[in-house]
Formats: sequence, C-alpha cells, structure tokens
Amino acid sequence: MMDGIFVLQFGQQLVNGISLGSIYALIALGYTMVYGIMKLINFAHGDIYMVGAYAGFFAATATDLPFIACIICAMAVTGVLGIVVERLAYKPLRHSPKIAILTTAIGVSLFLEYTTMLILSPQPRTFPQLINNTIYNWGGIVISLQQIIILVTAIVLMIVLTYVVNYTKMGKAMRAVSYDPDAAQLMGINVDKTISFTFFMGSSLAGAAGVLVGIYYNSIEPLMGIMPGMKAFIAAVLGGIGIIPGAMTGGIILGIVEAMVSGFISSTFRDAAAFAILIIILLIKPTGLLGKNEHEKV
Amino acid sequence: MSMLELKDINVYYGSIHAIRDMSLSVEEGQIVSLIGANGAGKTTTLRTISGLLRSKTGSIDFMGEPITKKSAEYIVRDGISHCPEGRRVFANMSVQENLEMGAFTRKDKKEIAESLEIVYQHFPRLKERMKQMAGTLSGGEQQMLAMGRALMSKPKLLLLDEPSMGLAPILVKEIFNIIEEIHKLGTTVLLVEQNARMALAISDYSYVLETGTIYLKGEAQKLIASEEIRKAYLGG
Repeated sequence: MMDGIFVLQFGQQLVNGISLGSIYALIALGYTMVYGIMKLINFAHGDIYMVGAYAGFFAATATDLPFIACIICAMAVTGVLGIVVERLAYKPLRHSPKIAILTTAIGVSLFLEYTTMLILSPQPRTFPQLINNTIYNWGGIVISLQQIIILVTAIVLMIVLTYVVNYTKMGKAMRAVSYDPDAAQLMGINVDKTISFTFFMGSSLAGAAGVLVGIYYNSIEPLMGIMPGMKAFIAAVLGGIGIIPGAMTGGIILGIVEAMVSGFISSTFRDAAAFAILIIILLIKPTGLLGKNEHEKV
Repeated sequence: MSMLELKDINVYYGSIHAIRDMSLSVEEGQIVSLIGANGAGKTTTLRTISGLLRSKTGSIDFMGEPITKKSAEYIVRDGISHCPEGRRVFANMSVQENLEMGAFTRKDKKEIAESLEIVYQHFPRLKERMKQMAGTLSGGEQQMLAMGRALMSKPKLLLLDEPSMGLAPILVKEIFNIIEEIHKLGTTVLLVEQNARMALAISDYSYVLETGTIYLKGEAQKLIASEEIRKAYLGG
C-alpha cells in the first residue's frame, strides 16, 4: 500500500517537475546563448522574462487576444528589449574588462525591476486565465491542460531554436562567433548583427516563459524574475553553460529535483535544493553535465 | 596600379608600436611574401589588411579602392581572404560546415558547390573527412581546412599566415605545393612565413620585416642570392 502511494506521488511530482522544468529550460537557453557568444552572464535575463509576463498580461487584458497571440506578442516585445539592452548597455563595453559588463548587467536588472514598479506599480496582478484549467486524472496522477500546453509550447520553441541554430545561416553565424569572433569576421560574418540576433532569440524565449508562468501561477509582479532567473542560471550551469542542449537538460532536471524535494520533503527546501545542486556541480564537474574540457590541438 | 597598396601604415597595440611607417604593394598574379623573425610585425600587417586591426595613419587600397576604414566582414566581400595564423578552424563544426562558413558571403548555391569541388581537388584528404569534426583533425589537416575555407570565398587575393607552422617537413612541402597550385589557378597570394627558404623559393617578390618596419625588399630570386639574407634568415 505504501509502495502504491509512493509510486503515485513520484509520478505526480515527475509531471509537475517536467512542466516547471520546461519553463526553467526556456529561460536557461537565453543565459546559455548569451554566455556562448559574449562570455557574459546576463543577470538582467530574469527581468526580461518578467517584462515578457507583463507584455503577455497586457496583450491578454487590453485586447482579449488568444493564448498563441499573447505568447507571440510577449516574445516580440522581449526580443526587441533584448536587442535594445545589448546595444545600449553591453555593446559599448564589449572590449572592457569582464567585471565592468557584469556589473552593468546587474544595473540593467535593477533598472528593469524598478522601472516596472514605477510605471506599473509594485502590486501583483492576476494573470487572465488564457487556458481552461481542465484537469485530467490519469490513473491517480493529476495533469492539468495548462501543464500540457506549457510543455508543448516549450518543446515546440526548443525544436524551432535547435533548427535555427543548426541549419540556418544566422544559426551557423552564431556558432561561429561564439567559437571564434575574429575567425567569424574573416568569413564575412557581421559580429554585431549576430550578437543582436542571439539576444533577440534568447530574450524572446524568456518572454514566452514569462507568459507560461503567468498562466501557471496566475500572478505576476515586478520582482518575479529574480528567483526563476537564478534557477535558470543554475540550470544553465548544470547542463554546461554555453551548450544549448545542456540548458534544456539542466532545466528539466532542476524542475524535477525541485518538485521531488517539495513533494517528498518540504517545499521550504525547494530553493535550497536548487542552490545545493549548483554547489555540487561546481565542485564535481564545473563544466556541467554536457560540458567538455577543451584541449587545443597544436 | 598594384592590386594591393599599403601606404604609411602605423599600428599600435595599446602603447606598443607594432608597425612603423610601412608601405608595401602586391602586384596582381604574383606570390609576395613577408618574412622575418617572430615579432617583426608580419601577422599584424595581415590583420591590418583584412580589417581586424586599424592603422592610425596612411591608407590601404585594394583594386584601386580604399579599404582603410572598412571592417573585416566587408573586406572579404571585396575579394581578400585571410587564412589566419594558428588555423582558427571552427572545431565544433564538421569539415564540410567549416568550408561552408568560408562561403558565408556568397549566395549562388551552384557556384558554392563548384568552389567546394575545387577545394576538395586541392585537398583530397578533406573530402575523405568531410563529416568529421574539425577539432579532431591533425595539425596538417587543420591547416588544409583553414586554407580551403579561405578559398571558399573565391578571393582575388589570399592572405596566408604561417601555413607551415608546427608541421612536419613533408607536410610543409605539400602545403607549399598547394600554394603554388592555388596561385596557378589565378589567385594572388600574400604569404607570411618564418620559413624564409621555402617562402622565397615560391615567391616573386619579398619583403623582409624587422621590428615593425621593412628592412629589405626585392625580387625573391635576388634576395635568396644576397649575402645578408643568407646569413640572417637562411642559416649560412
């Protein structure tokens, strides 16, 4: 009897973990792509996700758009915001010491948080129910339609991203610039445009994640990006920062671990578990699960 | 009119004055080499021509047009391709993908396929390894890949930086044979080499660099014969 309950609970937390993890994965992709191309941890990335949630909120409340249109709208807003942030804040510092640009990223993060508070008030807002909260009971495991749509959306976006990165000209340019900017330039690749494109892609994925979280938790507020931003950063490091499939894997694993900790131990320890993972991965395999130690051939 | 003309070039790395008042020219259809010791400014000269570095003064003209202020990605489009020192292949991409990156500025798929065929003719070994990741190639193969990649933009002028670096003597010979082949097919070559003997042997004209300035210049055959060059660069 105990075993039955355990299996059921495990299955339930797995479902919860995967849907939460797919959101982490979407945010983690932006961290990892930007790191890959600029070697910058973009600490403002969690706040871009927050702006995405607000963009989705206004798209849904002001114009009564359907779910898909809200997501696209949020992605467009955050994509452009990502480009603007890079152009105004990071580009002038591209040849400065790393610490300058890292500090700037923290500044951008605070700027986005408190500007949003100033303009839109710090009060949490209730996110409209874009998707019916139909519940399916599958042999004792409860899955909501929202969870299914979150997962499907995340998977579709990740497939699109993988295709863009591997098979399009811009994607190849991204890989070339992230490997060797000078050599990429000698191929005729415009490094500035490629970096802008990377910020656009990464930020628009975060925007989509913002809308998905709005739907999942019903509530959004200006500081909502801080914790998921950190979690997604952990996910990116867990998978191997700079590696795209790593961010996806890291996100899902982190989501599952958090759900398991909440389900079997206590949700109080959920955040602690995430940071424990970060510490463990940094101690045991700093390059992350999919990371390789690269040796230069002479 | 020379194909490439550098006039009064001065390049700095921070406070280090790497190139001093350099003027040189490359005639169309020739192989021109820059030789000299480590740190003489050979690589810096090439990086300035291809737009990765900027000269504080003077001008660079290519086919009669100024390219002094153009950035690297546009200079490739004008027809100068730079095969950099240390190969700099994209290790995380396959051989074929690396070559495709070389044709990044071109649109016509059919012409790109033709160039790919030509590159595979020059370097049959690359064809055998087209699906392999560039990072897993040997040093010599990576050099071939870097040269093949540079040819994929169908350059009028090929800048080659130390193609023999770190290679076994037999491979060095092979690489130099291929440079001559490429040249015969109509590409002008500006070659940077520490291996002065090999470089002079295939060059029409040569510049000898020392601490950022041109110390000697002349037809390669005459330089080989000169006592000074023999002593300083050819080992006796």
